[in-house]
Amino acid sequence: MSATNSLAAIGAFTRKRLVVLGQLTRFLGQLVLRCGVLFQRPRLTMQQVHFIGNYSLIIIAVSGLFVGFVLGLQGYYTLNRYGAEEALGLLVALSLVRELGPVVTALLFAGRAGTSLTAEIGLMKAGEQIAAMQVMAVDPIRRVLAPRFLGGIIAMPVLAAVFSMVGIIGGWVVGVLLIGIDAGAFWSQMQDGVDVFDDVMNGVIKSIVFGVAVTLIALFEGWQCKPTPEGVSRATTRTVVAGSLVVLGLDFVLTALMFSN
Amino acid sequence: MIEPIDAPATPSSQVLAFDNVTLGYGDFTVISELSLAINAGEVVAVMGGSGSGKTTLMRAATGQIPVMGGELKAFGQSMDRLKRVELEALRQRMGVLFQHGALFTDLDVFENVAFPLREHTRLSEEEIAQKVLHNLEAVGLRAAAHLKLSEVSGGMARRVALARAIVREPELVFYDEPFAGLDPISMGIAARLIRHLSDKLGCASVVITHDVPESFEIADTVYIVGQGKLKASGSPDSLRQSQDPYVKQFLEGAPDGPVAFDYPNTPAFERWCRDKGIEP
Repeated sequence: MSATNSLAAIGAFTRKRLVVLGQLTRFLGQLVLRCGVLFQRPRLTMQQVHFIGNYSLIIIAVSGLFVGFVLGLQGYYTLNRYGAEEALGLLVALSLVRELGPVVTALLFAGRAGTSLTAEIGLMKAGEQIAAMQVMAVDPIRRVLAPRFLGGIIAMPVLAAVFSMVGIIGGWVVGVLLIGIDAGAFWSQMQDGVDVFDDVMNGVIKSIVFGVAVTLIALFEGWQCKPTPEGVSRATTRTVVAGSLVVLGLDFVLTALMFSN
Repeated sequence: MIEPIDAPATPSSQVLAFDNVTLGYGDFTVISELSLAINAGEVVAVMGGSGSGKTTLMRAATGQIPVMGGELKAFGQSMDRLKRVELEALRQRMGVLFQHGALFTDLDVFENVAFPLREHTRLSEEEIAQKVLHNLEAVGLRAAAHLKLSEVSGGMARRVALARAIVREPELVFYDEPFAGLDPISMGIAARLIRHLSDKLGCASVVITHDVPESFEIADTVYIVGQGKLKASGSPDSLRQSQDPYVKQFLEGAPDGPVAFDYPNTPAFERWCRDKGIEP
């Protein structure tokens, strides 16, 4: 391939990505403009919080427990070298609240709820349900997409909190019950070292941002997909890939902004 | 089955008019020079072979696709000059039975029929229940109100879609293949219901179908489309007596005649052939 062809291919690729970015931004604008549905018809959003949150709860809780177990073990082996094993509670809590809680929850959310949202919207499109709403003078963005968007944003911080809470319990089980670290030291170090605003609130902000990103990508992929089995399947895959990469990228940016002093 | 509508018929007036309209997708013209008019209280059957542009006609009339040429008016308003709010106001006066039902799979039978009422009216729960059950009874599915869509057959789902299309008593109803997948009894009931709605409510009904006996039974006017044009129109009796070879072949279902079985060449197909290096 000649240099000109390579340049043309790079140009075409960039142009295509910019078009998608523009469509995504416009789509976000349309969703935001219709977020009033939360107050006009709160039941629609609550149904989605229940659907998205409830069905992701088991995988989030189980994952949080195992991540907590591993943090307890790895943290103990490292801290033990310096005789600081009593700081295990602090290490587990900070790791979960600042980083692992929001990030791992968002990654699991993209795989569990994100794919479900993409497939649902894609299949609604394939089954002419979206067209039927439009013909019935019902705005599908307001009726179908906005409640799901809000549901994802509300559910994500709650799920991240559950993840962190179960993870801390996992760290306590390993550190205190199995290894035998002093329970008082485990909890008091955590209580002293974790700041509500610097740590917990920053984690909450992260999970809200991840909720917006993952839910937006999931809905956009479903909305834009070809209304065929293959189209829905490809869109579902793109949701997981794009959602996960965006979460990791955003996490780096947010961490740099929040904890860089 | 009960009589669903008790309102008197409204005076006749034109609700939909195609004036020399051309329709298509991208650079492919599906149908051109189409002129037809539909009045309130009238049942019109639009017939033609598969791919002749019947559903395209309905999509244009409901504002899903733009017209490529000519003028299309619904309720006296030109469809290509409407703002979104105006289009939504027009659509509220229409009802559509989709070819594949397009029912909402996350809702049960009752909620599917109640959907337009919940979205566009401020009726109480009791009034909604009364209206929905009334319309479900009209299609013989009152006792299926509680069922999930996965629990109803294809024919039942089409009857649910029919109930949803008429629940708001629209002034213009499009039925896209209303008889497809129905057993003979349901087909007869559906046909009589369409006629009954137009007679009692005064709504205009556009039945898109290739089912000759049922549509000829209820239609005031029949339009036959094919080969990208309006081929014939008239009352069912006049078309039955027509000596036009196209009309005769279509009504009799004869294999030989002017009705082309082959899909026509399109610019897209010719481009595809050129890319493949084969003769179109």
